Amino acid sequence: MIDLYIMLVFLICAALVAVEMEDLLSAVVAVSAVGLGISISFLILKAPEVAITQVVVEILCLILLIRATIHKDLPFSTSGRWFINTTIAVVFVVMFIGAISLALQDMPPFGSPIMRVGSLYLRDGFAQTGATNLVTAVVLNYRAYDRLGEMTLLFTAFLGVLVVLRRRGRVTPGKTGEEDEE
Amino acid sequence: MTVPESHSFSIVVRTTARYVVRVMMIFGFYVMFHGQISHGDGFAGGVILGLAFIMMMLVFGTEAAMRYFSRPLAPRLVSVGGLFFLTIAISGFSGGYYLFNFIGQGQVFKVWGAGIVPLCNVAIGLMTTTCLIGIYAGLTRFKPGPGGKQ
Repeated sequence: MIDLYIMLVFLICAALVAVEMEDLLSAVVAVSAVGLGISISFLILKAPEVAITQVVVEILCLILLIRATIHKDLPFSTSGRWFINTTIAVVFVVMFIGAISLALQDMPPFGSPIMRVGSLYLRDGFAQTGATNLVTAVVLNYRAYDRLGEMTLLFTAFLGVLVVLRRRGRVTPGKTGEEDEE
Repeated sequence: MTVPESHSFSIVVRTTARYVVRVMMIFGFYVMFHGQISHGDGFAGGVILGLAFIMMMLVFGTEAAMRYFSRPLAPRLVSVGGLFFLTIAISGFSGGYYLFNFIGQGQVFKVWGAGIVPLCNVAIGLMTTTCLIGIYAGLTRFKPGPGGKQ
């Protein structure tokens, strides 16, 4: 259990570094350190599926962020109404912490989850689906609606990117019409 | 594979990438097809495949990589993946309900074993790969025209 706490402290430190860094590229690298630490935390908590997805998506987001920020110099604006901004931020943080502390009292204690449906999946999942990886059995057999929604989300993001970010716009209507398929 | 003159990657990076791309693609297909046996599923395998292609774009330039993946191909591949998934889902009505496992349990520890799970993994992997490549290409090749209305 001590390794998990070490990893959590590392996560907090890396997040603070990412916030406080002046250079944008260094901040992106610090954020990627946060993602790697989250993935190792998932491995410590015995969730390799989530760790794989975390690492892979993290690499992709890192590439996208570096590619997006490496040629740009985006200055942070430090002037302006800092008092009002700070007050609003503090108020929202206090509200968030209060709501979280109220909500976490109803959670089951760490390490002893409520296994109403999960125990059924663990007992019958292999016999009912034939998949030895129970996570995939749940995600693609019992709860395939979730994955369908996820794919719909990705599809919508893809269509949005294709429609909004064109390399060359439509000069004359009807000349390049391949965006209007779906 | 021709390399544009303006590119700054050294020959070490290019030679390494040329070999590593194949290994990454094999690993992506492995993760995708073994989703019901070992860890990872179609989404993770699809992201690994997309990352292999994105690495090709980064190293050899976007234009050289886009010869293998043209602009009108992306929406078609995504649509094929989505329609494949929907076909599997609607075929479940032959056994009772939407997304029903109409093939059966199959053989354990086989690649095409657990009914609709590997088919769904293939569809999801196709969609994920194409979506990620398309999003990356759209974000990196985008150049705003003059006046924003070009």
